[in-house]
Amino acid sequence: MIELIAQNMAPIMFMSLIVFLMLGYPVAFALAANGLLFFFIGVELSPYSNGEITLSWPLLYALPVRVWGVMSNDTLLAIPFFTFMGLVLERSGMAEDLLDTIGQLFGPIRGGLAYAVIFVGALLAATTGVVAASVIAMGLISLPIMLRYGYDRRVASGVIAASGTLAQIIPPSLVLIVLADQLGRSVGDMYAGAIIPGLILTGLYVGYILLMSIFQRDSMPALPLEARTLGHGVTSLIFYVLLAIVIAWGSAAFMRMEGVESPGIWAATIATVVVYFLAVLDKATGMNRSSRLAQQVVIVLVPPLALIFLVLGTIFLGIATPTEGGAMGAVGAIIMAMAKRRLSFDLLSQAVLSTAKLSSFVLFILIGARVFSLTFYGVNGHLWVEHLLVSLPGGQTGFLIVVNVLVFFLAFFLDFFELAFIIVPLLAPAAEKLGIDLIWFGVLLGINMQTSFMHPPFGFALFYLRSVAARVPYLDKITGKNIEPVTTGQIYWGAVPFVGIQVIMVAITIMFPQIVMHYKGPGIQVPVEGFKLPAPGGSGLGLPPLGGGLQPQNGLPGSQPAAPAGPDLSQPPKF
Amino acid sequence: MAAALALSRAIDWINTFIGKSVAWLVLAAVLVSSGNAIVRKVFDTSSNAWLELQWYLFGAVFMLAAAYTLRQNEHIRIDIFYGQLSRRKQHWIDLFGHVFFLMPFVLLMSFYFVRYVGTSFRSGEVSASAGGLMIWPGQALLLIGFVMLAFQGISEVIKKIAIMRGDIEDPTPHVSSHTPPMVIEQTALTEGTRND
Repeated sequence: MIELIAQNMAPIMFMSLIVFLMLGYPVAFALAANGLLFFFIGVELSPYSNGEITLSWPLLYALPVRVWGVMSNDTLLAIPFFTFMGLVLERSGMAEDLLDTIGQLFGPIRGGLAYAVIFVGALLAATTGVVAASVIAMGLISLPIMLRYGYDRRVASGVIAASGTLAQIIPPSLVLIVLADQLGRSVGDMYAGAIIPGLILTGLYVGYILLMSIFQRDSMPALPLEARTLGHGVTSLIFYVLLAIVIAWGSAAFMRMEGVESPGIWAATIATVVVYFLAVLDKATGMNRSSRLAQQVVIVLVPPLALIFLVLGTIFLGIATPTEGGAMGAVGAIIMAMAKRRLSFDLLSQAVLSTAKLSSFVLFILIGARVFSLTFYGVNGHLWVEHLLVSLPGGQTGFLIVVNVLVFFLAFFLDFFELAFIIVPLLAPAAEKLGIDLIWFGVLLGINMQTSFMHPPFGFALFYLRSVAARVPYLDKITGKNIEPVTTGQIYWGAVPFVGIQVIMVAITIMFPQIVMHYKGPGIQVPVEGFKLPAPGGSGLGLPPLGGGLQPQNGLPGSQPAAPAGPDLSQPPKF
Repeated sequence: MAAALALSRAIDWINTFIGKSVAWLVLAAVLVSSGNAIVRKVFDTSSNAWLELQWYLFGAVFMLAAAYTLRQNEHIRIDIFYGQLSRRKQHWIDLFGHVFFLMPFVLLMSFYFVRYVGTSFRSGEVSASAGGLMIWPGQALLLIGFVMLAFQGISEVIKKIAIMRGDIEDPTPHVSSHTPPMVIEQTALTEGTRND
């Protein structure tokens, strides 16, 4: 009997972990307690285990080393930076400004408000990256307008919930940072890999709205004239855009003659700044040569775009590491809030406190996972999981389908931190063994986990939307009409088509790995090092992430999943 | 019980004070990190001490705020079942978890970290990268963090028993992660005013 238990420690430990977690005690400590409990059982039973258990008391000394590894990890530093940046932006009212203005710009076309929500959702995703904030802002501002002018409730709530979750997949998302860390890859590569799938997904949402506006014309009418408070004036907006293109073109040509480094970026920067100041000047002096709509669009849109460039642009161009990009973004967010005169001591103190608490619970889950993994690897748990997964029929494709179905269902009740810290490290070695590129794998999981926000009935985004959508009939102030409330059923059914789109996107990413694999640069022969970000002073992201995944070596710092050993591991699989 | 509750209040007060103070180091880390990036780009030089300082600051934030996060009941749970239970059953799970999950872990870690920090302190170990910082202050942060958590654990056990006996109201009832955030923000606001 004891032999049977000793030789099957890994499955027993995993099952009891599920029980420990389901109890509902904080995940971080439940993980650690499970690890320690089975450490003691494991040491006692190791003589009976036929060599299956390789645990002994001195191994506990590895624990402080492992926790120190978590702390001295540059990658994870991006988490507080991006969180802080998002919180500051959220409280500076950027989402509200964008929604108001972009809604006015797109409103006059059929389904325009829905397009505006998607567009603003993508912009917010690339800046604040906070799902709750995006959904709440859109639910408070866009939903009442959509209801007022007769949008179908399911379409309206679905598009808001789904657009809010774009923050999960469009860089700089926290999910991608955590996944990169757990998979032992660079965050920069993960961002580069995720950007095109993120944009395609946004495109699919737009496509769905377009189809709906063709086949169910009544589901999303255009805004009537009286609702267009900013007036017309698309002509002057087109003028601004043309002007920007001309300036960019001209200055780029000039700089190319002068031999300036990377003229394209400078040209774009100059053109944007010029147009921005023209619009501000036009408004401030009251000359109003351009329409109010055009002024407002330029003034509202340029700062977030500049911030996106400051953060993502510098990361993709290799000027800054993701950690530095996050820090620069945070400074940029403070400056933006200051410019809007919304920066206050209160705002800052709330933002730092929320950031500290989030960092604390995230990092403690990671610490708990490291304690768990010390034991789990000691009882050969990684080999057990790997064996289970590698023996799946269908090779790579079979593995990917099974894993995605598994994650899809786990996402009903686990959130992404839990998935990323507990499940992903178990999947990674098997994926690597099957020759699956880990960036591609990570992006796939990222898209899949995004559904965890949209699944009825537990999806977070749906709950956020429920919290701000009307529950009782109300009198609309502008039209004077009585507006029916949005039912929970409508919110759930509204999300279903978008969950479907998400599944389609997972399938697309499995079938066309190229949309991710371009992170390696053109042509597969280009060495990966050519795309690595600079490692400042030797302790940047070029180094292996010390606190990374669950690793077979028992707690030695600097251990890391094997780098791609040969070309066959790093190439997209063939179907 | 009164003496125990006084002890719990003292622990809460100290840990809250420390947690709220170290949160500001987030801002310091942001400034140090962006400063590093700019200096590296403009002057083409970088200092390992400054690079290491940014994660020392972050370490201070998440380790020293952990006890405060626990006090605020904000370490995340999988509440798919827990959320359905009665308050009384939730209290029992919490008490069980504090005693058998949290305390053994943080006490064991504190014990190991005393030796770990002591070794680094005596040998005066410096980080492996050139011009890096002393290692022991960073490791000491981890030690302090776990010791604070141990004390917070004691305070939570005291409070939990008092709540279950009906001596005090639950100061931080579990808020389901699926509760609308407006509610969370409101409770956070009222708590903020109460603590300040």
